Amino acid sequence: MAEVDESSKPMFAGLSDVSISTDIPVEGEINVPVGTSSQDDEYSTLDEPVKDTILRDLTAVGKKFVHVMYPKKSSALLRDWDLWGPLLLCVTLALMLQGGSVDSKEDEGPQFAEVFVIIWFGSVIITLNSKLLGGTISFFQSLCVLGYCIMPLTVAMIVCRLVLLGGSGKVSFIIRLLVVTASFSWSTFASTAFLADSQPTNRKALVVYPVFLFYFVIGWMILTFSQST
Amino acid sequence: MSKTWPGLPSRLVSDMASNTDFLLQFTEFDEADRALEDSRDATTIRIEDTDTERHKPQKQRRSAPVMSFEEDPLANDDQTELLSGQKKSAPFWTFEYYQTFFDVETHQVKERILGSLLPWPGKNFVRLYIHNNPDLYGPFWICATLVFVIAICGNISDFLVYLGNPQYKYVPEFRKVTIAATAIYSYAWLVPLFLWGVLVWRNSKVINMVSYSFLEIVCVYGYCLAIYIPAVVLWIIPNEAVRWLSIAVALFLSGSVLVLTFWPAVRDDQPRVAIAIMVAIVVLHTLLAVGCKAYFFKTLEVEQTAPVGIQTNSSLSSLNRSTVLTR
Repeated sequence: MAEVDESSKPMFAGLSDVSISTDIPVEGEINVPVGTSSQDDEYSTLDEPVKDTILRDLTAVGKKFVHVMYPKKSSALLRDWDLWGPLLLCVTLALMLQGGSVDSKEDEGPQFAEVFVIIWFGSVIITLNSKLLGGTISFFQSLCVLGYCIMPLTVAMIVCRLVLLGGSGKVSFIIRLLVVTASFSWSTFASTAFLADSQPTNRKALVVYPVFLFYFVIGWMILTFSQST
Repeated sequence: MSKTWPGLPSRLVSDMASNTDFLLQFTEFDEADRALEDSRDATTIRIEDTDTERHKPQKQRRSAPVMSFEEDPLANDDQTELLSGQKKSAPFWTFEYYQTFFDVETHQVKERILGSLLPWPGKNFVRLYIHNNPDLYGPFWICATLVFVIAICGNISDFLVYLGNPQYKYVPEFRKVTIAATAIYSYAWLVPLFLWGVLVWRNSKVINMVSYSFLEIVCVYGYCLAIYIPAVVLWIIPNEAVRWLSIAVALFLSGSVLVLTFWPAVRDDQPRVAIAIMVAIVVLHTLLAVGCKAYFFKTLEVEQTAPVGIQTNSSLSSLNRSTVLTR
């Protein structure tokens, strides 16, 4: 009997150490992003004024923008994912990056469709990559994070266009270079803060590198944007 | 007490018994071999060493990569894959199947990249670094990086070539990204497919050969493209001598890794066929490098000879000239 206890002790000893970690990001959508309507069955959002509905979504989007501005580890962005923010940012960026008319003879910059496809296709590829490497984050959570972290680059685009209004010489180039570099590193840092936790430790760099490449390419497109005269 | 035929001398019975013992032993040897394979997580494809050439007879039936039914007997799933008879036991329509191709860690990827840069005679890239664990992470992301680096550095080099030319208006030529992507990805996937087909075909004619699975060949080609990334960055400098020097160095390093990897697979073949395959590998590798350089990077002399006044025409004509050269 004592032998059985001896042999069973090392087997079951590990069980007492098992604790469920509370900071594993949950997969999928636990809460409906629009609020607590899952708890209230009688409360339906059909009867409320349209203004309330819109404001609720806008508040959710706005809160996430604030999260990106000051990236700290919080699971709110991951839990209540939505794709409104990424769509808004992507459309804004693609509109501003559009490179002029198609009939001009010279090669122009990226068209709207090209930028749109790069952003969404790139996000999907990076998400697939992180999932294939064994990440615990879900597909849409990852798309949400990558999309929201484009925000610093969109701000940089607006700044670049304003700087270009003042002239396109060497000084403006240097200013634009600094702004784009700062925003690109901010984007990468912000998305890494959210994404890196969902990966096993020995593969973090493998997941972060494609994100770096993605924002680098977008930053490059912003930097080389030139106004057609 | 075994039932014996009446009238048979006992010696014959004992001979028969020893014969069956021998038969049992022979099967055990087979089982042990298979068990040895399992314990090493090995595949049904063996990569031969020079001192294990004695074991050719039983390895020859496992060396054809197409015969993938000789799976790991411990696998629960009986789904067979055509492309690799390896340890993937999940059916190909599940996500887990593709996850097995990304079963690498950061330090492994780093080692593989370094291994592709430093050829060492006698060391086989596939055996040393891939260890029957080919991954798709390296090839895919190295190709993606190379595509964007070529497009970006091509743009930068154009800018530098035209620097000081007041009539030049810088345009980011975005079309080049798609062209570069098509070229690089087709090289990285179609050439390994073709090479694998050739190796399988030769394998069916000449028995004793090392053979690689399709994914291992894709892996080798993907990692060998890694040396081109710093080379392409060096091509920004508008100096022709620097560009050709960097091409030569990159080609020498990655070409020799390719040659050292594939030589064991073809050396048992007829010398003419083996040499032809090796030459084809090197020539295709060279063509990729030189083609990318010619198409994406303008040379300084072409622009300086063109008159400054007719700016648009000269840039268009030089583009035409460089495209004509590559076509």
